[in-house]
Parts: sequence; C-alpha cells; structure tokens
Amino acid sequence: MHGQRIQPTDEQMSFLQIVFYIFAAILIGASIMVVTVRNPVRAALFLVLAFFNAACLWMTLEAEFLAIALVLVYVGAVMVLFLFVIMMLDIDIAQMRAGFTNYLPLGIIVASVMAGELILVMLSGEFGSAQMPRPGGHGETYSNTEALGQLIYTDYVFAFELAAIILLVAIIAAITLTLRRRPQTRYQAPEEQVRVRKQDRLRIVQLPSGKEDDA
Amino acid sequence: MSRQILYLAIPLLCLFAAIISGLLGPRIGRVNAHRAAIGGVGLAFILSSIVAIDVYFGNTFNGTVYTWATSGDVRFEVGFLIDPLSAVMMVVVTFVSLMVHIYTIGYMAEDPGYTRFFGYIALFTFAMLMLVMSNNFLQLFFGWEGVGLVSYLLIGFWYERESAIRANLKAFLVNRVGDFGFLLGIGAVLALFGSLDYATVFAAAPSSEGLSLVDPFGNEWHWITVICLLLFVGAMGKSAQVPLHVWLPDSMEGPTPISALIHAATMVTAGIFLIARMSPLFELSRTALSVVLIIGALTALLMALVALVQTDIKRVVAYSTLSQLGYMTVALGASAYSVAIFHLATHAFFKALLFLAAGSVIIAMHHEQDMRRMGGLRKSMPITYLTCVIGSLALAGVPPFAGFFSKDAIIEAVHLSTTPGAGFAYVAVLVGVVLTAFYSFRLVFMTFHGVPRMDEQTRSHLHESPRVVTVPLILLAIPSVIAGALLVEPALTGTLFGSSVVTPEGSVGHGPAGALAMLAHAPFSAPLWLALAGILVAWLFYCARPEWPGWVAKRLRVVVWVLEHKFGFDELYQRVFADGSRALGETLWRWGDRRLIDGLMVNGTAAVVVRASVLFRRVQSGLVYHYAFAMIIGLVGLMSWLLFR
Amino acid sequence: MIPLSHYLVVGALLFAISVVGIFLNRKNLVIILMAIELLLLAANMNFVAFSHYLGDLSGQVFVFFILTVAAAEAAIGLAILIVLFRTRRSINVQDLDRLRG
Repeated sequence: MHGQRIQPTDEQMSFLQIVFYIFAAILIGASIMVVTVRNPVRAALFLVLAFFNAACLWMTLEAEFLAIALVLVYVGAVMVLFLFVIMMLDIDIAQMRAGFTNYLPLGIIVASVMAGELILVMLSGEFGSAQMPRPGGHGETYSNTEALGQLIYTDYVFAFELAAIILLVAIIAAITLTLRRRPQTRYQAPEEQVRVRKQDRLRIVQLPSGKEDDA
Repeated sequence: MSRQILYLAIPLLCLFAAIISGLLGPRIGRVNAHRAAIGGVGLAFILSSIVAIDVYFGNTFNGTVYTWATSGDVRFEVGFLIDPLSAVMMVVVTFVSLMVHIYTIGYMAEDPGYTRFFGYIALFTFAMLMLVMSNNFLQLFFGWEGVGLVSYLLIGFWYERESAIRANLKAFLVNRVGDFGFLLGIGAVLALFGSLDYATVFAAAPSSEGLSLVDPFGNEWHWITVICLLLFVGAMGKSAQVPLHVWLPDSMEGPTPISALIHAATMVTAGIFLIARMSPLFELSRTALSVVLIIGALTALLMALVALVQTDIKRVVAYSTLSQLGYMTVALGASAYSVAIFHLATHAFFKALLFLAAGSVIIAMHHEQDMRRMGGLRKSMPITYLTCVIGSLALAGVPPFAGFFSKDAIIEAVHLSTTPGAGFAYVAVLVGVVLTAFYSFRLVFMTFHGVPRMDEQTRSHLHESPRVVTVPLILLAIPSVIAGALLVEPALTGTLFGSSVVTPEGSVGHGPAGALAMLAHAPFSAPLWLALAGILVAWLFYCARPEWPGWVAKRLRVVVWVLEHKFGFDELYQRVFADGSRALGETLWRWGDRRLIDGLMVNGTAAVVVRASVLFRRVQSGLVYHYAFAMIIGLVGLMSWLLFR
Repeated sequence: MIPLSHYLVVGALLFAISVVGIFLNRKNLVIILMAIELLLLAANMNFVAFSHYLGDLSGQVFVFFILTVAAAEAAIGLAILIVLFRTRRSINVQDLDRLRG
C-alpha cells in the first residue's frame, strides 16, 4: 500500500524550500490584507488567496486530499457564500472603519506578544530538523486520498457520520434562520391540500326553481 | 423487690395526685381535687413512716430502679438511697406537706386557683421526695430543679399581682446563680470520678484528696474543695444563704401555706440536706467547711438583725427562717451534720407552725399583714395564739421545746469546732439567740398582745379560723414541743443517722447526753439566759413600755436605716446585676444585634452584593468584543504563565 | 530541508494575524468571521505539519473534521449575520448588546 519512501535529493530540497518560503510569504501577506483592507469584498478575495497558498503549503506536506478539499470547500463554497452575503448586505464601509486605528496599537501589542511567545516555543529546538527530521517522500504509487479514506471509513467511521449529521444540521439551521415568510408570498400548503374534505369546498345550495317565472 | 415498689410508690403517689388534681382539677371539682391530693400525699406519709420504721430496724436500700440513659461509661439512672437521713427527710417532707394540704382547704377556700394550687403542692412533694430519696447526682438535680420550678410557680401563684411576678422572677434568677454552681459541681464530680452515683463517688473520694487542678491563672485548687464549693453555691441558692438570700423574703408574695411548706420547712432545707448528704466529700475539704461555716454564721446574724425591724408578719417569719437556715449551715460547717439535720427537722415543724399561725392571723385580718395594725388578737384567736407561742418558744430555743435541743446542740458543736472561723461563728450564733428570741416574741407581742390597732370593721369580724386551719396548727404544735426531746439523744449520739452522714469524732459534743440531762444542764448554760433576756426585752418594748421602740429607733437612726434596707443587698443587686445586665443587653442589642448582625452581617451582605454587582456589572457590558478581548488577554496570560513559570 | 518549526511558525503568525483581525474589525462581523476562518486555518496548518512529520494520518483526519465543522460554522454564522442585518440594519458588533432579537 505505502510506496517506498524516497529520500529527497539536495536539489529537490532546495527547490521545495524556495516554494515553501514563497507560498508562506504570500499566505502571511494575504492574511494581513484580509484583516486590514477596507473593502470586505477585497478581504474575501484575499482570504481566497490565503487559502490557495495554504493549500499549496499542504501540498508540500503531502496532504493532497486536504489541499484539494480546502480549495474546493473553502474557495469554492464557503468563500462564495461570504461574497454572496457581503454583496447582499448594504454595508456602510466608512462607518465600519471608524476606530480602526484606535485599536491597532493594542492589537499589535497583544498579537506580537502572542506570536513572539509561540515562535519562541516553535524555535526552541524541540521541533528542529535534528529533533524531528522530515520523513522521506512517498513513492509514486502512494495515494494520500486512499490512505485517508482507509482511515476515515474504518477507524473514524462514526465520527465521519457524525460530521455528516453536523453538516445536515448546519444546512437546516442556516435555512430556518434565514427563511422569511412574507405575508404576501403565495405558496402551497400540501398538508392542507391533502386534508381537505368535500364539505370544505362544496356547498350545496337549494335554489328555488324558476319554473313559475319561466312559465 | 417489694420494698422497691414501696419506695417507688411514695413519690409516684404524689405525682399521680398532682396530675389528677392539677390537670383534671377543673373537671372533677374542688372537693375531689383536694381529696385526690390529700389522699395521695397522706398515703405517701404513711408509707414514709413505714419506711422510716423499717430503716430504724436496719433495712436500708441503695439501688437503681430504672436506667434512663447510658452515654459511654456514664449511666443516668433513677435510683433510691434509703437510709436514716433520707427516711427522716421523707417523714418530715410528707408530714409537713400533708399538714399544709389540709390547711390549704381552709386558707385557699375562696381562691379561683384552688385545684391548680393542690396540683402544685402535690407536684412539689413529688419533686422533693425525688430529691431526698435520690442515690445519684442527676436525680438529685432533677428533684432540685423540680422544687425550684414549683417554687417559682407558687410564688407567682397570684399572677395578677405585679409584685408576685417580680418576686418569682427574682427567686428564679437568684436560684439560677446557685443552680449554675450546682450544675458545675455535678460536672466536676463527673469529671473527677466518672460517676454520678453517691456510693461510687464517696468511695473514691478519699483517694482523690491529693488531686488538684490548675486554673488559667496558675492557681492550684484541690479538686474536692472545688467540687464542695460549687455544690455549696447550689446550696446557698436553694437554702438562701448570704449573699443569695434575697429571693426568700420576696417569696412571701406566695400564698402562706406555700411559705410554710416550701420556703420554710422543706425546699429551702434542700441545701442543708445536700451538704449533709455530701458530708463524706465536705469532710475532705477544710477550706470548704470553713466557707460554709462563715457564710452560715453571717446569714444567721445578719438576717436575725433584719428581722428586728420588719413589720410584715410573714416577713418576720421569713427572715427568721433565713437566720435559722444560717444556724443549720453553721452546724454543717462545724462538721455536725447530724445536728444540722436535727435542727432542720425540728425547724420544719415549728417554722411551718409559725407560718400557718401567721396565715391564720392573716385570714382573720382579711389579708392584712402589717403587724402595726394588729394587736390584742389573743382573746379572739386562742388556738392560733397558743400554737404561735409554742412555735415562738421553740424558735427562741426555750426548753423543753424542740428548738432548744437542736439549737443548743448547734451552739455546742460550734463551740467545739476547730474549723477556721469557728470563733466568729460562735459569737454570731450566741448573739443570734438573743435576736431570735427578741424578734419572735416581738411578733407575738405585737400581734396578740397590747391594744388592738386595726380598724373597727375588721375588729368586729375577728374570729378563730376554721378547723381545717387549726387542726394542722395543733398537729404541728405537738412535734414542735416533743420532737426535740425525742430525737435529741439518737441524733447526737449518732444512732439516728447511722452511717448516712459522717460524724467526725468530737464534732457533736460530748456534753450532757439525753434530753433530761440537757434540760438539767440548761440553767447553767448561756443560751437559755440569752433567750430569756431577748424575750424580756421584747416584752419591755412591746408590752410594758410601748414608747421605747420609737425612742430607740430615734437614737439608732442609722442602724435602723441600714436594717430596713436589709444591708442594701437588694439595692446592690438591682443596681449592679439587674441594671447592669439590662445595660449589657441594651448595648449588645444596639451594637451586637442592630449594628453587627443586622447592619454588618445581614444588610451588610446585601450591600456588599449590591456594590459588587454595580462594580462587576461594568464587566458585563454585553459587547461581544469585550468578552473576546478578555478571552484573548486570558489566553495570552495563560501562555505567558506556561512559558515563563 | 524545511524543518517542522517553520510550518509551525507560519501557523503561529497566521494565528496572531487573525487575533489582530478580531481586534481591529470591531465594526464588521464579516471580517471577524473571516478572521476566525484564518484562525482555524492556522490550527489546521499545525495539524497537517505534525501529521506529516510524525507520519501519522490521524492529524489529517482531524483536519478533515475541522474543515467540516468550520464550513458548518461559516454557514450558520453567515445565516445569523443575515438575520441580524435584517432586524438591525447593521453588522456592527457594538450593536449586539442585547439578548433578544
């Protein structure tokens, strides 16, 4: 099943490194733009860019299935949803930006502290090449999707089904939340149509016959 | 077994009598109520006499009848100790009680609380019997509190009178002080000996003589002394010894039969009985004996002095009771326990007699108690007069009446005593003899002799009391005359009480033994002449030269003032304890209750919650990003802590 | 050769940036939702990186579920946003201080 692990050559490594740094830089830059640009539409588009680059980074980690899923689910579905919503809403952008700079210093301080501490841990040496060497790549015959599928449909099958139910619930929730019953909207009520009886619709009226008049 | 039932029957008969006449009284009527009470108590008297004779032939008993509860090693039991001491007490109690029951028919005839009264006195008899028959401290305490309760109820019997309510409250509170000491004493006994049983405690006492305890201030106390002093505090309360005597004169607010029964003959002697019962303990503590002796001497002297200036007939008798209780206590302090009980017995008879005679006078005078408005009653009330004179002679200690023998024995015992303070006590009791004779005959002369000083209407209605009143008087007069002569020899030689009280060598006196010898010796001893002198002075003051008392009072104004204020005990207690505790209560109410509990704790809690809420409400802004901010800050803090700890 | 720590640093930076985003965009709920998506992406990044370096696919399965839940969350969050906008004509977080519709 698992292909022969192939130790990457130095050339490949250096190329991979270049790719990694490019994508990482774009990812970080796009993320910064997401939270700072004025226009939500542009923010959404930068988010798409960020997701794309994240997917590319995942590719370098041999997580092909998740990379594709990220692009399909996020870029294809979630981000489109975001764009729909942003465009549907009539948002006053200028009013939204008020106070932006006021919070900037505090936000940057907090984030710097957080990032600084995290990076301090990451670079502490616990996760370096020596301690955790990068495993060799899988062979050509290796399929990440297949391996993941093996796992999901065996060990994690209940969790998987639960995830499906969560999605179903999310669909129902989203629809019920946003569904509006406008009084003037005309719609069918099938349950009432089925339940209808003759007496409700038909009224037999005894009319005097017009024989005398005719006569 | 049959004896046990007999012993059990004696108090229980009284209890049933109390229940029937007290609780069912209104339903069964007055006559049936007093029949039930008198029947029960009369039967108890007869059975007590049988027990006394039985005991005389040497059949004593000490055993448990019923185990009430067991807690660890301590057993709470109902048990009887039937020995000569309790037998004498049982006979005295039931006899006086029976007389008072009969007398009450006449005295309380008009009273709406008639059946209730019988219920009370029968209940009293029950409690008193439980007290004297007890073989352990707990039952003793039960009886002790029982008689205290009935005393409280009966002093306040006429509860419409404010003075009665004040008097019973006072009696109750003063007795609380004594009972507190008593209870501590019982606790100390339990702590030291691990048992409440007399026999066990007395057996263990001599070996505990050396034990001592150290108080928080570093002083060392002998256990036995502490126990004895605490028990004596209880006895001081119940037997009205200085300085816990103040309740007894006020207790005269109760009906006169009660004054006779409870506050003269029986209940107040419970303290004397207690110490006599505890004689094996007291013998081990010279300190305690000395305290007992001095307190008794003070009571005997001071109360006799106060009696000189009283004008209320019942109060004179009340103060004489206090003084005589002092005599008994002196005897106890001199280790002459049997003599104390001897005086207790004779005193019970003649003091009950005097009280009932006073009651008879009070009935005749339409509830007038001021002797200054009496006089010349001897012609219209011959039987009362005669019995009252007998009682007074007995009280004054004139031979051959009962009081002579017992009082003479006490004086002799004090004379021989080596207890510290005996010298003072001897002087006190000798002076007391003069005073006793003087005030008791002052009462006789002011009431029965001289010119009538009451108003015309009362005077025209004067007549001898009905037979239910006079018969008990006569019946009580008989033992007042002969009890002393009959009992003196067995009491003094120790055969009467046997081993039930300790009789140390040389404590009782080895003078003339036997009634006749004592009588023969009387003219050559000081007490008789002192008593006769007292009587003579009283005769001079109140019969021959009626102007003398006023003249003396004017010369000795300060002394009279002090005596009329009873040495200021009442004022002192009123100022210091009553007003003090009220002030304390007021302060605690104002500061403790209002400020601390209401203000700080109850309302303060609410206020703190409100203020904290006002403060913390700002945190709950309702703005989601505030919460998000708090979360992020918390996260950063947590991370920093994990990283840099 | 790319060490694991570099991937983790990328994740940490993403995380910090999204926190800043939540801070800065107090008036715009949509951007906050986007920042949350970034936050989840940062977590996913770590999962995938660890999964690869430890050779354990469970990490990727976890990411799979996170993506599922994040999608659901985005859908419901946007639905709520729409309902909110209908009633208040605003997506300003400052206006969201009442617990009733």
